[in-house]
Amino acid sequence: MTDPRTDARPPETPPEIPAGAPAARPARTADRTAVRRALRMAVRRIVRFAVSLAVLLTASFAMIHLIPGDPVRASLGPAAPIELVQQRTAALGLDRPLPEQFVTYVGGVLTGDFGTSFLTGEPVSEVIAARLPNTLTLALLATAMALIVAVPLGMWAAVRTENGRNRGTEVTFGTVTGAAVAVPEFLYSIALVAVLAVGLGWFPPAGKDGPLTYVLPVLALSIGSIAMIARITRVETLRELGTDYVRLARAKRLPALRLHLRHVLPNTLTATLTMGGLLLTSLIAGSVLVEYVFAWPGLGQKIVESITQKDYPVAQGVILVYGAIVLVVNLVVDLVLGALDPTSEIKEVAA
Amino acid sequence: MRVDDNARPTGQSEAVPDEGGQARKAASRGVVWRSPSALIGGVLVAFMVVLAIAGPLIWGEAAERIDAGAILQGTSAEHPLGTDNLGRDLLARVLVAGRYSLALALAATLIGAVLGTVLGALPSVLPRRGARLVTGLVNALVAFPGLLLAMFTAVIAGLGARGAVLGIGVAIAPGFARLTQTLAASVAGADYVAAARMLGVPRRRILARHILPNIAEPLILTLAQSLGGALLGLAGMSFLGLGVQPPDFDWGRLLFDGFARIYVHPEVALGPAALVALAGIGFNLLGDTLARAAARSSAGRQESARTEPPRAEGEPDPDAVLEVRDLTVSFPGDSTPVRGLSLTMAPGEIVGLVGESGSGKSLTAAAIGGLVPYPGTVTYGRLRLGGADIAGMSGKELGTALAMVFQDPMASLNPALRVGGQLSEVAVVHQGMSRADARRRAVDRLGHVHLPDPAKQAGQHPHELSGGMRQRAVIAMGLMGEPRLIIADEPTTALDVTVQRQILKLLREVVEETGAALLFISHDIAVVGELCDRVVVMYAGRVVEELPADRLAAGAAHPYTRALIASLPDLDTDRSRPLAGIPGTQPAPAQVGVGCAFAARCALATERCRTERPELVVHGPHRRVACWEVTS
Ligand code: SF4
Repeated sequence: MTDPRTDARPPETPPEIPAGAPAARPARTADRTAVRRALRMAVRRIVRFAVSLAVLLTASFAMIHLIPGDPVRASLGPAAPIELVQQRTAALGLDRPLPEQFVTYVGGVLTGDFGTSFLTGEPVSEVIAARLPNTLTLALLATAMALIVAVPLGMWAAVRTENGRNRGTEVTFGTVTGAAVAVPEFLYSIALVAVLAVGLGWFPPAGKDGPLTYVLPVLALSIGSIAMIARITRVETLRELGTDYVRLARAKRLPALRLHLRHVLPNTLTATLTMGGLLLTSLIAGSVLVEYVFAWPGLGQKIVESITQKDYPVAQGVILVYGAIVLVVNLVVDLVLGALDPTSEIKEVAA
Repeated sequence: MRVDDNARPTGQSEAVPDEGGQARKAASRGVVWRSPSALIGGVLVAFMVVLAIAGPLIWGEAAERIDAGAILQGTSAEHPLGTDNLGRDLLARVLVAGRYSLALALAATLIGAVLGTVLGALPSVLPRRGARLVTGLVNALVAFPGLLLAMFTAVIAGLGARGAVLGIGVAIAPGFARLTQTLAASVAGADYVAAARMLGVPRRRILARHILPNIAEPLILTLAQSLGGALLGLAGMSFLGLGVQPPDFDWGRLLFDGFARIYVHPEVALGPAALVALAGIGFNLLGDTLARAAARSSAGRQESARTEPPRAEGEPDPDAVLEVRDLTVSFPGDSTPVRGLSLTMAPGEIVGLVGESGSGKSLTAAAIGGLVPYPGTVTYGRLRLGGADIAGMSGKELGTALAMVFQDPMASLNPALRVGGQLSEVAVVHQGMSRADARRRAVDRLGHVHLPDPAKQAGQHPHELSGGMRQRAVIAMGLMGEPRLIIADEPTTALDVTVQRQILKLLREVVEETGAALLFISHDIAVVGELCDRVVVMYAGRVVEELPADRLAAGAAHPYTRALIASLPDLDTDRSRPLAGIPGTQPAPAQVGVGCAFAARCALATERCRTERPELVVHGPHRRVACWEVTS
């Protein structure tokens, strides 16, 4: 199914006079094949997900063995007695042959056993269970915030600057969002803490304790994404505004609001949703630094702590969980897109 | 400047829809560089470079000067950003740290670029299996957040500057790999690579001689953007305590130290934060600019439009459905694709507007429908639809009285909305019908254009319909109101021959039933001759001949019209062979000279043709022609 016109505009130059016979177009595929194709695509995506998950699992297992020297020695410090190091190593099973360790590790992960912390002896799974919800809440709130603010902003900018109208708005929008995109989350965090929390005292500077403590972390996480999505929405909207069906809708003299909400918005949604998914994964990563700044009791704060303290089992477990979340989000975005947009699978095949 | 048949000036529709670049006409590199973001980016990056070179020379000593009497101070006249735990001046330290921060970022970027380029170029020279493996790996890595990759690498490589640089390098690599892969795949498929392969050139040499040079430019652009990313990433790592360790310091490390004191002296953290932010902004804006400058190499000028004042003549024709006098469409850059066009149409009349692409026929249609894109200016002496001035008509009147059909039925229907919904919309919005009534009418109209199962098709999305069915649906959409005029712009060009015939038949039927006039725009004079009552031939923005369709074969007078007809295939012509066209090309709208625009291609052209433009004058009953050789 590679009809070249599926998402193409009419050819820029119609055939010169005199025209030969126009090429015949393949007939549209019937409903049933479409469903089957969608299913096949879904299966393929799930397989891809499983393979990536396996790679991730291997990588996180390999991490502890790739550390130069003895990780237990590194963790306990040079002053620790040899017996303690040996005892720890044995308790962790690090003295077993590698294949056996791998099987044990995978088996453990599959049954929810991520090992125990070098430092506190706490099961890593408990650490994760306690902190994961806090990280997810933050990332989801920031994603929602970003989409709610950025999509209308981007559409507005597109409509205002269509065809090079209002150069002033276009330049300001481009410069401001371009600058806002470039500033990383942790700098926003520091600035927000310094000004709004320490300077003005409007919000608590750190911790997770009541609704007010959410404001600054969510803001810090979403400002850059708002700028990014607004830019993308603007470009997508501009492209939509140039299509024939929008010209036709204009020829029908539809009111502007209806034109933009009903004819333009749904077609920009695919790109926006993809963005939303990618955004969520990038925000989950960005939250590491934001959590650190705001002492937010999430996974990000823990991963930094465990790396600096050389608590490798915790670092290993948390990285694994982060990776898995990213993979799951990507899978969901793919599946939702496949279901939503009848043409996305065609693009996939063509790609 | 050429104006294509989609009524968009060149440089707009073809422009890559990059950030901020869409539909901007001033496209030369010079203009790109003069935009504020380019300016800000350039200044900031230049500042950073100067700082990296000169900073340690000027403030190096001050940054290390220990002052036991001024430990952990906040802002003061002597120390604008305060002092650290050894009493060293923080402003000096921030300015000095620029060199180290930039050097680390450069190192990380180079590592990432080398790693990524190798990883990305591999699949194009590896055997199939290996190529798929590497591609899969890159795809998996690209989806992975860079910071996590960096942390993973840093855990293995150990805390400190080396680990952080390696980590950021690894984090940057997948992006480079993906880019190289895409580019290399396109180059590797090129003929000269295939030729080199056949000649037995070793793979290594193909990569070095043929593939890498062709992808160098985009790679360098990405390099610039990655540098900014690496700088921010390293600052983040050091800020978390995973990067640079004392006694060394970069901006991130200063942030780390300053952040511990943020509750007491917020300015101590804000200083380095501001510099990191400025550096990030600078590199990002500059990278954007570089990318944009590369994306547009074709230039166009923007000038104010120059239009001649139109003149109206005579009284409006009360019976005409459409009356156009002296319609002119112009674009900035001295381009006037439609020049003083006049046209009158009676109810039920089918008029064909023919011409090559670029003759201005589609823009004429767009101008009548009020759809000329923004920088275009439309002027006219008179433009009346159904006896009323179009300028004074409400959206409701115009939306129901005028129906338009475009070339590509797929592009004319919104892929996200059901067919029935798109039809009923007009009735709901303009005629105040209830949704249910509107839907009933939509189904009725769809049946009217002979869709096999209108109720079902109304509930379907456009992609579920065949090309012919879609074009029928678009026509049905025009019939939702009470159209006085239907403008069909190349409605059959995208369809195959059988479907083409059916659509033409349908259009004729519709005209007979509704009494609407049909303005049929086409480059195909054969189709026009078959369908229309009257033919209007356009060349380079002007009407050159007007005549009844049945006189086309025998009575065409203008050399251009005659050439069009002569170039038509007859029954004996082999249809699979390319057809003989008219030698030469039509002048672009900005290049139409003083004389007859067709002179360069005309066999009958004389000296007079080149210096004086022939007016459109009456030449027999219902006929007008603009040609010196015919009329004098
Ligand atoms: S005016 Fe002259 S150049 Fe133009 S068409 Fe007539 S003969 Fe040819």
